[in-house]
Amino acid sequence: MTRNFLAGFAYLLLAPVIGALLAGVDRRITARMQGRRGPPILQPVYDLLKLMHKESIGARRTGHFFVLGHLVFMMAAGFEFFFGGDLLIVIFAFALSSIFLVLGAYAAHSPFSHIGAERELLQMMAAEPILLLTAMGFYIANGSFRVEEISASPVPALLWLPGIFAALAFILTIKLRKSPFDLATSHHAHQEIVKGLTTEFSGLSLAIIEVTHWYETIMLLGIFYLFLAPYPAAAVLLVAVVYLLEILLDNTSARMKWQWAMKSSWTTASLLGAINLIVVYYWLGVQP
Amino acid sequence: MSFLKRSPWIVHYDGASCNGCDIEVLACLTPRYDVERFGVVNTGNPKHADILLITGYINEQSQPVVKAIYEQMPEPRVVVAVGICATSGGIFRECYNTKGGVDSTIPVDVYVPGCAARPESIIDGVVKAIAVLEEKHLAMKKARAAS
Ligand code: SF4
Repeated sequence: MTRNFLAGFAYLLLAPVIGALLAGVDRRITARMQGRRGPPILQPVYDLLKLMHKESIGARRTGHFFVLGHLVFMMAAGFEFFFGGDLLIVIFAFALSSIFLVLGAYAAHSPFSHIGAERELLQMMAAEPILLLTAMGFYIANGSFRVEEISASPVPALLWLPGIFAALAFILTIKLRKSPFDLATSHHAHQEIVKGLTTEFSGLSLAIIEVTHWYETIMLLGIFYLFLAPYPAAAVLLVAVVYLLEILLDNTSARMKWQWAMKSSWTTASLLGAINLIVVYYWLGVQP
Repeated sequence: MSFLKRSPWIVHYDGASCNGCDIEVLACLTPRYDVERFGVVNTGNPKHADILLITGYINEQSQPVVKAIYEQMPEPRVVVAVGICATSGGIFRECYNTKGGVDSTIPVDVYVPGCAARPESIIDGVVKAIAVLEEKHLAMKKARAAS
């Protein structure tokens, strides 16, 4: 039990640090892929500290409140995950966290932030089925929703759930806000909806959104780790490869329309995810 | 030590230019000049920006837009006028619709000469702007401490 709490608190403390470094490495690799030198690895930290020094302007105070909700529920979701708790609670708290950001964007009277919020809702609709399928897959493979028990199982879940793994990798692009799914807001200078979801946030609120995104990234990568949990070294390697592929995809693809995002992710969910689930269900059902 | 120096985010607006200077501004982002090395990000959102980069002169139609962008930027903020049009109106100075340079509408902190302004001088202007940003930040801090 103490170990669980330690892991949970370690997440709360270290996730922003690792997330920031990862974001820095990400920007560096992105720059190299484009033939540029790129910013220092610590750039995301500089950005964050600067934002904290800037004036926070916003017409409505409610926006700040929703941003806090966004952060708190993301931290709760990640804590529950690294604590070894219930995967379903993790996913629901995670969804709630995203909803808070959407509400925050809706709270401002700006067409850009409203478009961003709408797109974020669509992206959630695209991604959520696969997240739920993942939890179900882990349950069928291990007989438990608890992360603790899933990671203690001697057989890696990847063996049973390759389809779900691939589907989850697909929606990771959505959650990391990378092309072709950076519809709601983007790290790059796509400007047709200004900054979409985050248009109306500045200063401290924007800094909090950034930190939340780091928490989110680390938790999502944690789920990928879970697929190979019995072999820690291999699992870390797997996570690194997945993330590198995301960067590659980000730099080689254009942004797609939301219709395409919905269609492609639901197709992936049903083809890879659901079929995987059904096969594993009957397979394990026959030989318990 | 303030981190403004290390992460200047820019919003770029074209008042009314021949587009020569705009292309040079964008050239700063390309592999050859790569201003992201210094943490510069081209945001396109005034609410996220520290530096307002304006190219071209100001006319009746662009004036309210420039004002709106400036007012939406959180403090501390700095304005850089890029190119001779933005500085004084340039070759458009005598046109019937010209209001003048950027300083006819909002206070300008740094003027970058050239027609078109070269990427090197634009980067130089941004570096100067960062120094001004730093000054304004300190002044802000002092004012806050005093009140
Ligand atoms: S300064 Fe020269 S290049 Fe720049 S906008 Fe004016 S006319 Fe065009």
